[in-house]
Amino acid sequence: MTTPTDRQYMSSHEWIKEDGDVSVVGITDFAQDQLGDVVYVELPEVGRQVTAGETVAVVESVKTASDIYSPATGEIVEVNDALSGSPELINEGALEGGWLFKIRVDSLSADLMDAASYDAANN
Amino acid sequence: MDNAGTQELKRTPLHAAHLRAGARMVPFGGWDMPVQYAGVKAEHTAVRERAGMFDVSHMGEFRVQGPGALDFLQHVTTNDVSKLKPGRAQYNWLPNATGGLVDDIYVYREASEDFLLVVNASNIQKDWTHLQALLPGHGVTLTDESDRTALLAVQGPHAETLLQPVTDTDLSGAKKNAYFHATLLGVPVRLARTGYTGEDGFEVFAASEHAERLWDGLLGLGITPAGLGARDTLRLEAGFPLYGHEFTDTIHPLSSGYGWVVKDKAHHGRDALQTPSPQRLIGLRLDRVPVREGYPVKLDGVVVGHVTSGTTSPTLGHPIAAALVDAHAAAAGHFTVEVRGKDHDATPTPMPFYRRA
Repeated sequence: MTTPTDRQYMSSHEWIKEDGDVSVVGITDFAQDQLGDVVYVELPEVGRQVTAGETVAVVESVKTASDIYSPATGEIVEVNDALSGSPELINEGALEGGWLFKIRVDSLSADLMDAASYDAANN
Repeated sequence: MDNAGTQELKRTPLHAAHLRAGARMVPFGGWDMPVQYAGVKAEHTAVRERAGMFDVSHMGEFRVQGPGALDFLQHVTTNDVSKLKPGRAQYNWLPNATGGLVDDIYVYREASEDFLLVVNASNIQKDWTHLQALLPGHGVTLTDESDRTALLAVQGPHAETLLQPVTDTDLSGAKKNAYFHATLLGVPVRLARTGYTGEDGFEVFAASEHAERLWDGLLGLGITPAGLGARDTLRLEAGFPLYGHEFTDTIHPLSSGYGWVVKDKAHHGRDALQTPSPQRLIGLRLDRVPVREGYPVKLDGVVVGHVTSGTTSPTLGHPIAAALVDAHAAAAGHFTVEVRGKDHDATPTPMPFYRRA
């Protein structure tokens, strides 16, 4: 699977992609594959102010719980409610239908990578 | 994700076979082991509905031989080994002197003065030291056969049907806990009708050099390779305790509800086991939020214990957990488990959570 070049990545396997005046956040295909079958997702509350690098969500697979860090400082403006009933959407499409939340960005994390750097870090 | 660290991990004779099968390898008890191949749910379902196989060669095998073998085992274990006939297997405990377990083990009786103990991988060295200390004066030879023994577990409702055509022995005559010599796929093995999944199946002991031939042959029969991830979800559904979680050197083992493993006989550590257990192991089910080892269990807002094992049950579709709680709280009808600062309802449920039809 090729890593899309239309977004930026954290070393902790989150992606962030601009979508109009907000940005969408999810986890990478590499991360969902490493996690295995996702069984539960805990999402942040809409309206919450978060800081880049802060734990904002938890993705649980059969085996483990993994913290999800925010790639940006800003306000959570929407969450992917479909995940509450269908957490497997993350396995089926971590880069599209399995997105986690949308954030109105004040500033991006200083640690973001482009697709090539992310791939290099995980090979 | 966990890091392997810098320690040198041991490899089973099937290490290369796991890599060929696309396994994700993780450190486990000092070993580099497959946690999953296709995925935990798929492997779990294969075992519940058809047949799966596990490489459990990381577990330890100790041979106990000699005229004093039975007396020695009677002394170091809690179950009554004298009831174990040649060709049979028995679940057993190695108690310490202070009310905990050195290990939980399986004892296989080869002949009247010849026993095989299967011990947990992470406890091999500890068990060896413990048994050596109790050995003098018993007229027993203790041999560590772990490095030259491969162990595969073929588990699932189709296990017998799949193995029958490639063995020289009538498997339908082998009852649960039977243990016998056979040829499987042309390889000399010992087969035991035992396992750790809640399903029917066989454990296959073989010399390490035959491990890959067996593994490849079993793959060729359509048996699904299954990793430690599925092994854990299967054993928790089946209500089997796991050393390091439900049993430790300090947990009173009678908390587990496996009181039948302790028989009325003189044995090492007996006095400490006469005291009542201050805790009980209970099963919990939750609606949605998975709970993990160590999470606090509360009764009326007060912490009364903690989760020892938790997962989302692939068969039942909801989270399940084993929890060790104070004895006075064990009969309560409702608990909560604290997950990341929030309390979630948890309903006590008898274990096993799953029992095969």
